[in-house]
Amino acid sequence: MAKMGLFINYDYCTGCQSCAVACQQEHDFPAGKCGITVTEYVYPAEKKPVAVDFLPFPNELCDLCIRRHQMGEDPACVKHCQAACMMFGPLEQLVKEMEKTPRSALFSPR
Amino acid sequence: MTYDKSVEVFPTTVWSAGAGCHGACGQKLYVKDGKLIKIEGDENASWNQGRSCPRALALTQYVYHPDRITTPLKRVGKRGEGKFEPISWDQAFDTCEEKLKSIRDEFGAESVVFAQGTGRDVGGPISFLCYNYGSPNWVQLGLSGQSCYTPRLGGMKATLGDFCVMDAGQFSALRYDDPDYQVPKVIIVWGQNPPPTCSDGFFGHWVVDCMKRGSKIISIDPRNTWMSTRAEYHLQIRPGTDGALALGMLNVIINEGLYDKEFVDKWTYGFDRLKERVQQYPTHKVAEITWIPEHLIIEAARLYARNSPAAIHWGVPIDMNPEGTTVAQAISHLWCITGNVDNPGGNVIARPSHGVTTYPYSTEELVGLYGQDLVDKLNKARIGCDTYPMVKGFRGWAQPDMVIDQIDSGTPYPIKGAWIQTANILGGQAARAKFHYQALKKLDFVVVVDLFHNPTSMALADIVLPAATFAEKDSFRSWWVPLGVMHKTIQVGDCKSDWEINIEMANRLNPDCKYNNIKELINDRLSVADITFDELVNQGSQAMPPEGHSSRPYYRYEKGLLRHDGKPGFTTETGRIELYSKAFESWDVDPLPFYREPAQGPVNTPELYEKYPLIMITGARSHMFFHSEHRMIPWLREKNPEPYVEVHPDTAKEYGVYDGEWIYLENDMGKVKRKVRISLRVHPQMIHTLHSWWKPELKGSEPDLFGVWDYQINQIIPGPQDSSSGFGGGQYKTTLCKLSRINE
Repeated sequence: MAKMGLFINYDYCTGCQSCAVACQQEHDFPAGKCGITVTEYVYPAEKKPVAVDFLPFPNELCDLCIRRHQMGEDPACVKHCQAACMMFGPLEQLVKEMEKTPRSALFSPR
Repeated sequence: MTYDKSVEVFPTTVWSAGAGCHGACGQKLYVKDGKLIKIEGDENASWNQGRSCPRALALTQYVYHPDRITTPLKRVGKRGEGKFEPISWDQAFDTCEEKLKSIRDEFGAESVVFAQGTGRDVGGPISFLCYNYGSPNWVQLGLSGQSCYTPRLGGMKATLGDFCVMDAGQFSALRYDDPDYQVPKVIIVWGQNPPPTCSDGFFGHWVVDCMKRGSKIISIDPRNTWMSTRAEYHLQIRPGTDGALALGMLNVIINEGLYDKEFVDKWTYGFDRLKERVQQYPTHKVAEITWIPEHLIIEAARLYARNSPAAIHWGVPIDMNPEGTTVAQAISHLWCITGNVDNPGGNVIARPSHGVTTYPYSTEELVGLYGQDLVDKLNKARIGCDTYPMVKGFRGWAQPDMVIDQIDSGTPYPIKGAWIQTANILGGQAARAKFHYQALKKLDFVVVVDLFHNPTSMALADIVLPAATFAEKDSFRSWWVPLGVMHKTIQVGDCKSDWEINIEMANRLNPDCKYNNIKELINDRLSVADITFDELVNQGSQAMPPEGHSSRPYYRYEKGLLRHDGKPGFTTETGRIELYSKAFESWDVDPLPFYREPAQGPVNTPELYEKYPLIMITGARSHMFFHSEHRMIPWLREKNPEPYVEVHPDTAKEYGVYDGEWIYLENDMGKVKRKVRISLRVHPQMIHTLHSWWKPELKGSEPDLFGVWDYQINQIIPGPQDSSSGFGGGQYKTTLCKLSRINE
């Protein structure tokens, strides 16, 4: 199987944390344990006085929802992302998304 | 998705307790052996298209939380002592019936107030109970000036005879792909950071969807937010001055001839008088009032007016302006004179889906449900009616600031009881929260219907009735679109839905009550849509109004779909959009928009401003919480564990406070604890803090009341409302304060 990953168009990440709670529900993680954490960045920027960005980070607990994938479903975080700014797929394909998307990130958690 | 064949999946509509919100997203409930094991967004629901907010996703932790109230309770100790004993529903209903009848016999039905919180699946049941009991005093108690959507609704009603919302394609199941739909070229997002919200029947991320499809944003917000930092123009406004900005933008659009002349000629009334009025608001003056650079006001007005379609999406700060109703009127004029009315991608007229009434939004709907005679009778006795003609003429709410004053004073007639339903008044919306606490303590009988104990139930309740989440009830929703039903899939303890509780009580209090159970009521209300509850359940819980129905856009004013007489035009006295409002004229409100300074601030109270030089903005939405709810839900609370205050780095330096320090926010009304978050999100002369904080993990009995007197920010928000119509002007975004260190 091709190596899979998560692509995040973080320009559109609104910091809603749906990915995090979806992950906790999917994996039955208690509070304090979560496969993806969202960080806020507020900083002075070049073309505007202030920038506000968010970035979800799929960490060591992220199994890319392998069980869902086997059933033909997207990972819980990707499915529920309110800004629809996450994609799951073969890294090879996601790199192409990244090439045409400024302010994006690609994760290969496993 | 499911891995287990014994799991059943039920699609349902979401509204109210559980996720907590105003929305109507579709969710799939996964149930095994009668127990909810999981929730997932329903990809077949056009509202959310499979997506979900964190609050909905945490539903299992909410439903089965060990602190849920799962049986009726009666108070056995002194009020506030926190001692309650379980009783049966029969005992609970008997007690409520006896007490409420005895108050009605001795003092009249008006001596009981029926208090709700925000616009959820409680407005229908509580007004139903209130009207069956015979009280005129249905109220959002504590919400100063009814400053949440009612002023905006009033401003629109007075202008167009209808309500409008930004068109994000939500009226069609095909959404953005509907060939009739166009994405707005420009969206003014006025006083809202949409992503954390699902307010007023609008899913916040729809704005994000439109941005992806090309919409440019003008953000009007005192803070730097995700939205404002992605806007073409960010107008960083001084809180409470939105009315001046709207008039300044109207000035630009009218004087530069950027309005839609054909539309204005054909469909509006009073344009010349509006033109005359806006001359009082040249942009240099507006810039001085609003703290927004003049050129940005002009450029933003041009960008909006020169692009069609363009839409305005707005938030609750509009209502919290001084004269909130009038500010809403001025903003609605922007879409009216640019012809962005009921057009694809503009501001479309929004009516309850299929003409079904769940939560009566207008006087007409109340008349439809309860008859002209009863509505007329109650309008005469309602608190605030004599003072504010608009309170008499619009919506059927009692005026909340006057209600609490009357509870306290006992004049002109005494208030003896309160039915408080899913409204944490003391931990939530009550400005002058301590005063509300002291006044409500005087009542003889208080019923609290809720899902969890909270400061209000602890401090006041004689009887507590356990309410249900959306997963545990049959109910229905028609707030704009879709027409949706909630479908009972699980039972938790002895909990009942707000509708079930209120229909049982209504039958006990009114022998002529029209319905015996919820199915009867829903099916009767759905009959205008020619559909039944079961049919809606079977088709996945939702339906969109059909083409040609008066609750479906577009251009209904041309097609004669708005007026009762079937003629083209609007449902106003003149049949036109009244830029000079005849309705306001009849309610003794200035028929044309005007600007008034906030009660507190650099202009009106310079001495106070010197003492308390920070403008305190409260109430920006959190993704994690719905107002005072969800603090006990582990997955949510961990992501926002403490009530923080955003302080600009320069301001933090000036006060010598550090990031993470616990401090007080203080003014003459008192002081409230907050944790400092140093952030460039705020203007140096402003702070922002989250509202409705209490801590369920702390002691509930008095005096602690779950820490509400440490954390409830509304203790230092003054009242009454700053609005001469009675609606609008709660001072939640314009109160002055300072920071003080706890150890000094």
